Amino acid sequence: MSEAVIVVDEKDNVATALRPLEEGELLQVHIGGRALDVTVLQPIPFGHKIALTDLEKGQPVVKYGEVIGLATQRIGKGGHTHVHNVEGQTGRGDRT
Amino acid sequence: MKFLGYRRNSGRVGVRNHVLVFPTVICAAGVAEMISREVPGTIYLGHQHGCGHLGDERDHMIRTMVGTCANPNVAGVLLVGLGCEMLTADLLGEKLREAGQRVETIATQAMQGTGEAIEEGTELAQKLLEEAKGAQRDQVDASELMVAAKCGGSDTLSGLTANPAMGVACDILIKDGGSAIFTETPEMLGAEHVLAKRAADEEVRRRIWEITSRTDSKIKAMGLDIREAEPGPGNIEAGLTTLAEKSLGAIRKGGTTPIVEVVEYAEKPSKKGLVIMDGPAHDVVGVTGMVAAGAQVVVFTTGIGTPVGSPIAPVIKVSSNSPLYQRWRDNMDVNGGTILDGGETLQSMGERLVEEIMEVASGKLTRAEVLGHREFAIHTIAPTV
Repeated sequence: MSEAVIVVDEKDNVATALRPLEEGELLQVHIGGRALDVTVLQPIPFGHKIALTDLEKGQPVVKYGEVIGLATQRIGKGGHTHVHNVEGQTGRGDRT
Repeated sequence: MKFLGYRRNSGRVGVRNHVLVFPTVICAAGVAEMISREVPGTIYLGHQHGCGHLGDERDHMIRTMVGTCANPNVAGVLLVGLGCEMLTADLLGEKLREAGQRVETIATQAMQGTGEAIEEGTELAQKLLEEAKGAQRDQVDASELMVAAKCGGSDTLSGLTANPAMGVACDILIKDGGSAIFTETPEMLGAEHVLAKRAADEEVRRRIWEITSRTDSKIKAMGLDIREAEPGPGNIEAGLTTLAEKSLGAIRKGGTTPIVEVVEYAEKPSKKGLVIMDGPAHDVVGVTGMVAAGAQVVVFTTGIGTPVGSPIAPVIKVSSNSPLYQRWRDNMDVNGGTILDGGETLQSMGERLVEEIMEVASGKLTRAEVLGHREFAIHTIAPTV
């Protein structure tokens, strides 16, 4: 595979890994026309997401140019972004 | 575009030439299965319903069963009833005749038990099979097709490769005058606003919000949390984090054309173009509903892998990634992974999918058909008594 990660929309602050990413790896991520350097903070499995910027607690996680959830803790740039640090806001049966 | 299809008396065009042995109630399922076994070439279509339906579920079941049996891929149907059930063979038979379908009926209680019912049913099924053999494929326009788009066993790549490629295919088919339908209302939650923006008119927009909020509030009213099942454990392992993420990837399989209509489960659309059917995300129940609504071909995208097919419609399996395609070579028809590792664009992949749909519509068997996958399950909407 030529690219290690893919970004769907220019507004996205996460990318999807197209192969397992290793801790410490330096990635060049292409977002639209520009390139962004991201160092992988911890191992990220194939298909999982990596933060492209520092995300503060409560900040929206954006993919497809849309909000897919909120960060439940600070996620550093290059961090694994998944169920352990992101919470969806859709269909919240716990909030009725 | 053209394909080779069977033009039916109903005016619709089928891509397969099936003869069904269909129990109208589960109590007649055994007899129906035994009849089908006596007549190789027929398809027995078992289900759990036909009696004890309350409220709207009676009409919902009738619509689904009649839609299934009237799908243009079906040349003829033997309805096997018991006699005392809610949905009798006479009742469904009349509705199928009104729809222009070739149908025969038997009711076991009117006979001297299983033996005579099998004897009589076998003769009728053989007659239907002989008649079906007389049907010929003719060249017909691709605008006669309604293709169902379904995703299941999704991973994060489904929304990046196979689903948007299917979206391109839907756009091409619709531009050519055909139709596409997709469902899975729970997997529209978090993406309702994106779909609503694509509504062809105010009524469709209202309906999109109606079916999504109805699904959301029904689950909440039961004190349940959809997040227990959406995304599912396999989705999460594959990298999908939230329902909204899953939904935003799922809706891409419908393409980019305006949504012209929102129909109920198993309801036949009245318009051509892109249609949403209100229905569950359950793979087999969803496919059953869209085929009952009249879809002749199903395109099913998957990232983790699922073998399910349909007894009525060919199901084309598209993998979202190449490792799955290699590992599940037996079950997969098309590899969507080439978008990531084969230098293919979404556009060329979508065009390749349209070619595959045309070939399958003209008779090419899908892997699910070759393997004999005929999963079938009807959505329930009320408790059965």
